[in-house]
Amino acid sequence: MTMEKLLLRNIGVTDSHTLAVYQSRGGYHSWEKVVRNMKPAELIEEVKASGLRGRGGAGFPTGMKWSFVPKDSPKPKYLVCNADESEPGTFKDRLLIEQDPHAIIEGTLIAAYAIQSHTAFIYIRGELVAGAKILERTVEEACQARFIGKNIFGSSYNLDVIVHRGAGAYICGEETALLSSLEGGRGWPKVKPPFPATHGLFGCPTVVNNVETLAALPWIIERGAAAYAAMGTEKSKGTKLFSVSGHISRPGVYELEMGYPLKKFLEKDCGGVPNGRKLKGVIPGGGSMPVLRPEEIEKVNLDYESVQAAGSMLGSGGVIVMDETTCMVRAASNLARFYAHESCGQCSPCREGCHWMEKIFHRIELGEGQTGDLDLILNISGNIMGNTICPFGDAAAMPAAAFIKKFRDEFEAHIAEKRCTVSTQ
Amino acid sequence: MALEFSPETLKQFEATLARYPRKEAAMLPVLYLAQREFGHLGAEAIEYVARLMEQSPARVHGVVSFYTMYNMKPIGRHHIQVCRTLSCALGGAERITGLIKKKLGIEPGQTTADGRFTLSEVECLASCGTAPMMQINDGYYENLTEEKVTAILDSLK
Repeated sequence: MTMEKLLLRNIGVTDSHTLAVYQSRGGYHSWEKVVRNMKPAELIEEVKASGLRGRGGAGFPTGMKWSFVPKDSPKPKYLVCNADESEPGTFKDRLLIEQDPHAIIEGTLIAAYAIQSHTAFIYIRGELVAGAKILERTVEEACQARFIGKNIFGSSYNLDVIVHRGAGAYICGEETALLSSLEGGRGWPKVKPPFPATHGLFGCPTVVNNVETLAALPWIIERGAAAYAAMGTEKSKGTKLFSVSGHISRPGVYELEMGYPLKKFLEKDCGGVPNGRKLKGVIPGGGSMPVLRPEEIEKVNLDYESVQAAGSMLGSGGVIVMDETTCMVRAASNLARFYAHESCGQCSPCREGCHWMEKIFHRIELGEGQTGDLDLILNISGNIMGNTICPFGDAAAMPAAAFIKKFRDEFEAHIAEKRCTVSTQ
Repeated sequence: MALEFSPETLKQFEATLARYPRKEAAMLPVLYLAQREFGHLGAEAIEYVARLMEQSPARVHGVVSFYTMYNMKPIGRHHIQVCRTLSCALGGAERITGLIKKKLGIEPGQTTADGRFTLSEVECLASCGTAPMMQINDGYYENLTEEKVTAILDSLK
């Protein structure tokens, strides 16, 4: 991992969160360049050319997302930075919020300019009280330096940035749920289409971008789209942050060039599974993504296409590692409970199905599983998939089915022997 | 006497409204103000916020009950929230919860008789690389061990 760091370039530098340090390292030069020298359309083309894709989990091309915002709408336009990081196994945005908040703000300003928004929101999950305070102070510093406000760099462009705290709800990381929450309501996802680009916050054109996506923008503007696109693979450009947790020697946040081999990453960079134990499973993209068996990760590279070809998804880059002592019934039951707890309750398949799956996984865990339970879960999972208005349903259904399909023997043993056949803990 | 904001909080309320392009968007921050002022968001607090925000109490109730961070019932001075989602579970979250239960003599969802502590088990707090972890009021406590938890609890009055 001798590659140049884009996203983590300021991490570990003393007082990296302050404006003085951020500027001493070239901060806000990109913002100045954008306002002084670039038209919004040029900026959008530049980001399209960089190949940057949304880092919240969906991987949608960022420049393309911006281009869907109508230019001639009489309504106000909004840019929202999604800092509602809640995907199990993901803690990369939090690192940027705490240690490089000005990069997030600079990226937010650049994105707002691209769509010609004059009001930007940063929606941060409510539990990160410290993070919200840091972001508020960061915005204040940027206002005092006149990077935010009226007539920025002497232009006619005005922009206001508002830090907004969520109040505890995983679903608010989904962009339309986030917008419902920002409108002051329950965090309920909305039916798409219409998409937020045309009908978003208060029915106005809106773009929601993840923290990590926005934090990549200053570098892209500074060094050019071609430099960014030169990194990574054909379809997954640039670098990405990976949060590694679970049974791993060196957990933490890593920046990798897209396409880096997963096995090498876990063994060399993260120090492998500790205590001389063997690997049992890896969730490569956050709790919503299907688990992979050790033999399945042999040839997987960390880019959107390679992980998908292996039957999972890159998602948020939340890598959860499980060693041989892990009871996969308990792991599945744990995640099933998470989704049952977090379902917003709008769509019946998800609202009911998540609780049914939780109950069945839980009874298998307790040694009270019944013959047919596994097929019942697969049936419920199949009936949730694709039948909800937001991706949460799939996020609950996919991992549940994957645990059973990939570790079926273990589930069957739990049912047959009416006890946990794995865990020594 | 009916609940109402102190003059100081009313000023903060006005300042909060002024930050947002539309009044309804200020609902979440206003509920935070109310929770800080009244301790929890019971029926009276909800009715008061509804009047302030020019919305129905039913709608405000709907919002309050949707989010985990609004407390509809009184809670202890120190709200201990142990993360129980997968990475923390792999890191031994259950042991941490077990220790706290034993030490405080309460189950998750309960408050100690002296009103000092409330214990909750919560879902992923984006701190998976430093598991197991817990949040107490506004602060995160990470890389927990049993010794660390004991010392933290003893330090809270």
